[in-house]
This record gives sequence, C-alpha cells and structure tokens, in this order.
Amino acid sequence: MTSPSSDPPRTLVLEAGRADLQYWRDLWRYRELFLILAWRDVAVRYKQTVIGLAWAFIRPFMTMVVFTVVFGKIAKLPTEGAAPYAVMVFAGLLPWTLFASILNDASTSIVGSFSLISKVYFPRLIVPLSTVLVAVIDFLVSLVILAGLMLWYGVVPGWQILLLPVFVMLTLVCSIGPALWAAAVLVKYRDFRFIVPFVTQIGLYISPVGFSGKIVPEQWSLLYSLNPMVGIIDGFRWCILGGSSPIDGPGFALGMGVIVVLLWWGIRSFRRSERAFADLI
Amino acid sequence: MSDVVIRSDKIGKKFRIGHRTADQGSFREAMLRGPRNLLRGAVDLIQGRSVVAGDSVEEFWALKDVDFAIRRGEAVGVIGRNGAGKTTLLKILSRIIEPTEGRLEITGRVASLLEVGTGFHPELSGRENIFLNGAILGMSRAEVRRRFEEIVDFSGVEKFIDTPVKRYSVGMHARLAFAVAAHLEAEIMVIDEVLAVGDSEFQARCLDRMSEVANAGRTVLFVSHNLAAVMALTKRALVFNAGHLFFDGPTEAAVSHYSASLSKGSSDRNWGRGRNATLVSATVVDADDRPDHRVDNAVRFVVDACSPDGIPYNFKQSAGQGTLAMRLGTPLRFAALPAPDPG
Ligand SMILES: Nc1ncnc2c1ncn2[C@@H]1O[C@H](COP(=O)(O)OP(=O)(O)O)[C@@H](O)[C@H]1O
Ligand SMILES: [Mg+2]
Repeated sequence: MTSPSSDPPRTLVLEAGRADLQYWRDLWRYRELFLILAWRDVAVRYKQTVIGLAWAFIRPFMTMVVFTVVFGKIAKLPTEGAAPYAVMVFAGLLPWTLFASILNDASTSIVGSFSLISKVYFPRLIVPLSTVLVAVIDFLVSLVILAGLMLWYGVVPGWQILLLPVFVMLTLVCSIGPALWAAAVLVKYRDFRFIVPFVTQIGLYISPVGFSGKIVPEQWSLLYSLNPMVGIIDGFRWCILGGSSPIDGPGFALGMGVIVVLLWWGIRSFRRSERAFADLI
Repeated sequence: MSDVVIRSDKIGKKFRIGHRTADQGSFREAMLRGPRNLLRGAVDLIQGRSVVAGDSVEEFWALKDVDFAIRRGEAVGVIGRNGAGKTTLLKILSRIIEPTEGRLEITGRVASLLEVGTGFHPELSGRENIFLNGAILGMSRAEVRRRFEEIVDFSGVEKFIDTPVKRYSVGMHARLAFAVAAHLEAEIMVIDEVLAVGDSEFQARCLDRMSEVANAGRTVLFVSHNLAAVMALTKRALVFNAGHLFFDGPTEAAVSHYSASLSKGSSDRNWGRGRNATLVSATVVDADDRPDHRVDNAVRFVVDACSPDGIPYNFKQSAGQGTLAMRLGTPLRFAALPAPDPG
C-alpha cells in the first residue's frame, strides 16, 4: 500500500490459472489492512457489552475451574509432578483455546467477509490471518490469568519459560494449516460451519487439556502424538511447570512433522481455491 | 505502444450457475450422488478445491472475446444494459475474479470502486470507518491521515464524525463513503455504478470530483446508466451487450449503439426506425464523401433507414422533403437521450 509515486508502475498480467508472482509481495503491502481488520474485530466485539473486556478473562477462567473440579477433584486424575492441578489445566487450556478459536474464527472468516471479497482485491490470506491476530490478543489476556494463578499457588517457573514464545508460534502454525483448509472448503460446503465447532469440541476432550498426557498408556503414546496438539500442550506445560513435566522426544518430533504437513496442505488448498472465492460466494 | 495501461486480449469469463442456488445442500448432494461422485467430491474436498460436484452444471459466458486497449490518461465510459457484463469486466480488471480465458495486462495501481462504503461497520464511528474503508480500498494509514480533513470536509458530516455509522441516514452514509473513495490516489480508477445514491446536489459534487480526476490525467473506467454523465465525463466508451464488446469508440456514437442494443434483440439493429429524433449537430457530406456543411441547429427528422451498426445515417426530415445522407462514424448528438435502463 505504497503511494503511487513511490512505486514504479509495473505491468501485471492476469490470465486464467496464472501463478500470481506478486502474491506474497502483495501480502506484505497489505499488512495495514491485516492490522486494521484485526483491530475492527476487537473494537466491535466488546461494543454494547456491559462488562466489556472482562469477558476475555471470565471465559477461560471458568473453563479452568470446571476442568479442575471435574478431572482433578471428582475423577482424581494425577497432575504432573508437584504442580497444582489448576495450573496444569490452565497451561493446557491456553494453547488449546488459541488453537480452537483460530480454527473456529478463521474457518468462517472468508464466508463472513463475502461483502469485502466480492468488492475489493487484496490477498485473501489477509482475512483468516487477521482472525489469528485477534485470537492471539485473547491469548495474551489469558496469559495474565495464568500469571495470577501461578502467583496464587506460588509456582515459580524455571528458565524453560523463556521458550514459551516458541510454543506459541508452534500453536499458530499448527492451527493455521487446518484453519485455511477449512476456510477454503467452507466457501463451497457451508456444512463445515457446523463441523468445525464439533471437531474442536471433541478435540478438547481427546487432547490432554483437562488431564495430563502422561496418563496415556506407553504403547499408545506415539499414536496419541499424531494429534499435533499433544506435543504442543506438553511443550506448554514443560515451559510453565519447568522440569516437573518433561517433553516426550519422538512423540514431539512426530507432532511437528504433522504440523508441517498440515500447514503446507492448508496453504496449498487455500491458494488454489482462493481465486474462485469471489465467483462462489 | 508503451502508453497503453490496460490491454485486454480476448478476455472471457465463464460462470457456473445452477449450483449457486443449491449452495446450502451441495455437500449433501455430493454425498448422495453415488459412489463415483462421492469419491470425486471427497478428493476435491481434501484438496480444498471448490469444484462443482455433479455432471450437469449450467455454464454461461458473462464476457466473451473482449478486446480493447486503454491509454494512460484516457477516461472511458462503459455502458450496457443490466447483466451485460460490465461489473464482471471491472471485477476482472481489479483482480477480484480471474478471467476464464484471455490475457489482461495492467500497468499501474488500480483502485476499484464497485460500491461505496465497502466494509463500513455500523458499530464504528465515522472517523473509525474512514480509516477502515481507506485501508480496504488500498490507502495507507499515513495517506488517510494526510487527507482526513479533506475527506471529512467533502462528506459534510463533520458534526457526526464520532457517532456510530449505524445512526447515520442513508444519505450521510453515502456521502461519507464516497468522500473516502474520492480521495483515492491511483493511476487507474475503475468505477462502477456508484452514483445512484445521495441527493442530487451531492451527485453533482461527485460528478465534479470525477471530472477533476479524469482531467488530472488519470486513467478512468466509468460504468454508468446515467448517459448524460458518461457523455460529460468521457470521450470514448465501450458498449457491452450480452457479454460481448458491442462497440468501442466515441461516446456519442456509443450512446446510440447502446440505444440500439436496448431495442428488443441485438439482431434488430433498426434502432429508431420511424421514430422522431432531434438532430443537434452533424456533418453533411456530398456524393464524394467530402464534408459539405455542418448542421448545428436542431432539425427534427424521422429515421428512415439505419446502417447495419445502428447509426441512423439515412433519414428524412419530418416535413418530408427528401433524405439526408450521413457518413457513418460522424458524431451524432441527440438532444433527448434514451432513457436509462431501469432497475
Ligand atoms: N458469481 C457469479 N456467479 C454466476 N453468475 C454471475 C456471477 N456474477 C455475475 N454473474 C452473472 O453474469 C452476468 C453479468 O453480470 P454483471 O457483470 O454484474 O452485469 P452488469 O453489466 O449489469 O454489471 C449476469 O447475468 C450475472 O447474473
Ligand atoms: Mg453491474
């Protein structure tokens, strides 16, 4: 989005099925749109709500309380090392919520902004990516709750906490792939509007969010790691709870492999169907 | 020629219709259409390809074999009845949709205005929406900030600039939206029928602004049903009819071609036969095709016969004293313009 004078006019060729060489450059040029769409979503979300931003705190906090009571107190599942159950749950809930909200919001984002997509050009990746930014902002709010919980229980993180940003990035990478794929498919098959929330709902219970991944029997653990969120949640707990929650090496590597494949697949699907979005919407 | 900024070479756009109406049920349909289609549907689905799952899809060409070239600084009108493919052309030019065939070369930044106020959010204030809409139209934040005062002035809603847009009247909404668009800076402006909103005073202001833009040496493509506006703003026009570029040339001639395409079928080119028309100006040629003399006073005449392209070139005066021959391509001006295509 440079002004015309600073950008020497170059000839753009439009042809059917032509790989758009300028796409990634455009994506960079439209970075302000990306920011402003994210800002719009955040600004609009809490308009006309009474307690506004407090909702961002209440939702994850209540989920944590319920999980701690159900899994820790009622089912009496073991925590990891000496960590308080609530902190362990919250450390798992953080990446999961980030993943699930990206998947839910990004997958419906293309259909949701049909009026933009059918009226102006911009790299379509901007739309799902801006919902990612919104989810990251919510995530940062939840981090504050985590800090509060850790203070309350007197949990002192080790040096591992410095690696937390790495795992946050991994969560983003992990969710963007499936989200892009779902966003592209949803343009044609609106059924996915119902399928995606269902998947994230089920995923919440089969991923080690409310319980520790260590309770999965040894012989199944590698298979269980095919769910890329298993490795990521383990990673979060390792960062937050320090040494008391070690990462399982091979399982983690497998999960990362799955993430890379999903990301590649998601971007490929999205880029392929993107040019037809305005035709189909 | 290096001066050409838009070159369209046999552009065509095919739409698939039929499945659009079945959007909601298409997944189920894909599942119910038997194993072969199911498999195909599943493969398409996994690949994220949004193809139609079914054997019979209705296809039609919204544009076909469209060839033209536009030079830097030209203002070109685009006219044609509803569904002729004008918006489709503009969407291809602005990269919203991809051509099905053909090749298009564009030099310079294109700002497209297919509607005013794209992306306006009702909950946000006028101020916030200016920044949002500006970004959507491709302006940078710095650019919007620099021109913010001008935009607000132009819109005339400064008193309500911090009020949510949902409290605006339709006219205020349109004013603010057009004000942002009017301050776009791009080499090539592509404008669809966006002037149908607002009161007549505001419409006049918009037209002024657009002629300013056109005179500032920018390339403008301007779609409108308001033929007077097209004639005022452009010297050249493209006429579309059922997806074909029907005519490309001087606006006056284009307008009469458009009228020709308005009459029942495109095969019926006998526009205005037997109708009354008023000749405003013309050049009369002698038998050797040399300009004989100009007619500038209004003369009433009745169309007697038409050229195959629809320009009435043979007519007799209503008094009935013989016929006037007129060279094809001579600019014709009609005082009473054909009524715009309604709706
Ligand atoms: N996404 C689409 N899918 C199917 N048909 C479409 C689509 N967009 C436009 N059309 C059809 O293409 C034709 C040309 O439309 P358009 O370019 O909007 O006409 P106009 O000249 O009135 O702007 C119309 O018949 C319209 O119904
Ligand atoms: Mg149109």
